[in-house]
Amino acid sequence: MSKRSIVPFGPQHPVLPEPIHLDLVLEDEKVVEAIPSIGFVHRGLEKLVEKKEFTEYVYVAERICGICSFMHGMGYCQAVENIMDIKVPDRAEYLRTLWAELSRIHSHLMWLGLLADAFGFESLFMHCWRLREQILDIFETTTGGRVIFSVCKIGGVRKDIDKDTLKGIVTILDKMQKELKELTDVFIEDYSVQHRLVGVGVLTKQEAHDVGAVGPMMRASGIAQDMRMLGYAAYKYLDFEPVVENDGDCYARTLVRIREIYQSMNLIRQCVEKMPEGEIEEKFKGMPQGERYERLEQPRGEVIYYVKANGTKFLDRVRVRTPTFTNVPALLKVLQGCELADVPMMVLTIDPCISCTER
Amino acid sequence: MTVLHFSTYVIKKLFQKPATHLYPIKKQKFFERTRGHVAIDIDACIFCGMCSRKCPTGAIGVDRTAKQWDIERLKCIQCSCCVEVCPKKCLSMENAYTAPSEGSVKDVFHARVPDNQPDR
Repeated sequence: MSKRSIVPFGPQHPVLPEPIHLDLVLEDEKVVEAIPSIGFVHRGLEKLVEKKEFTEYVYVAERICGICSFMHGMGYCQAVENIMDIKVPDRAEYLRTLWAELSRIHSHLMWLGLLADAFGFESLFMHCWRLREQILDIFETTTGGRVIFSVCKIGGVRKDIDKDTLKGIVTILDKMQKELKELTDVFIEDYSVQHRLVGVGVLTKQEAHDVGAVGPMMRASGIAQDMRMLGYAAYKYLDFEPVVENDGDCYARTLVRIREIYQSMNLIRQCVEKMPEGEIEEKFKGMPQGERYERLEQPRGEVIYYVKANGTKFLDRVRVRTPTFTNVPALLKVLQGCELADVPMMVLTIDPCISCTER
Repeated sequence: MTVLHFSTYVIKKLFQKPATHLYPIKKQKFFERTRGHVAIDIDACIFCGMCSRKCPTGAIGVDRTAKQWDIERLKCIQCSCCVEVCPKKCLSMENAYTAPSEGSVKDVFHARVPDNQPDR
């Protein structure tokens, strides 16, 4: 046995957009163990719930993460609505679904770009982000914000989208799909990309189940688990199947995310087609009393919102269990036995969002 | 497996205009709903203080006796909560972002002062 050495990886590292620290125990170039430490960007957002009114906390919930911000707000709103028995109008549910799916496209495109950047394909990275820009523009036209939308509120949504804009969104997506095809072909077929991804960081079906992976990480290992199948918001009216791959390596995780972009585009088209007319918000009175678990599918996987209310305007407790937090054990599993040069790929393929994790 | 996948793309792009704007010369166009900064029509304001109470970050201050309305620009998160609760609809969300600054910026507005100019 050769001598072991420890290489610190992060919190600042060129491939890491956010700070996570890993102590990599190496034998020659092989990783035998990885010890994570998090807590560099803790902001105490869960504690803030005691100081902010439950209606105001939506703004805080949205700021838990900069990428899936809409779905954080949506998860919190759904939890409070279910406690208070508020029936959200159908149109508001469709609008929420539309924005959620747009967020998924934007998140996955960003991730594809970061992945390309991590294996040193700079131009591919730029092209992914160029396409993502169009989605951000859609956000700005429909909500007024590019990253933080502030459109979700308890009882519905704040802003409506008129018919012409909805048609415009579909036209943009149709055009984008052709351009996206060119890019995703590179990810799927290019020799140098495959060289970095195929067979790297394999997580078997059993392992994925044992360590409790979520989202694309789990679906790439052959387990068809998608919280959207629970039928929250307008997903109950839409027709889709979870995207599943069986190889469990970095390439499979990339494929899952690529196919999910196309799936999201399809879901948005269905949303626009089926969107009913009507109110976008339900007025409510009173304060919430009770507790509720809410599960949502974010781009990174399943997020759990726990809300406990006590009948006053301040909630007792909000707990967010984010997908990256659940995927860290899966990351440590795939890191065992990999090459040091592949570590950045592994860390990226769980799609880490550290500020979500630390809240 | 393919190689040189981007070559056709590169040739196409050679004959196209640059995708970026020359920023200071060509200003960015905003969308109709872009949330840039909160503006106030101070003459219509009744200083009820609803905006100040509902502001999630406490960026807005209202002084009824001095007839003064102020906003800390860097504290404001552009959620447009104040615009929604304003009973006289004198608050509005404008497109343009506030100018970059080194320290905190507090914009103070007074009612019934000559010319109604913001007193910075």
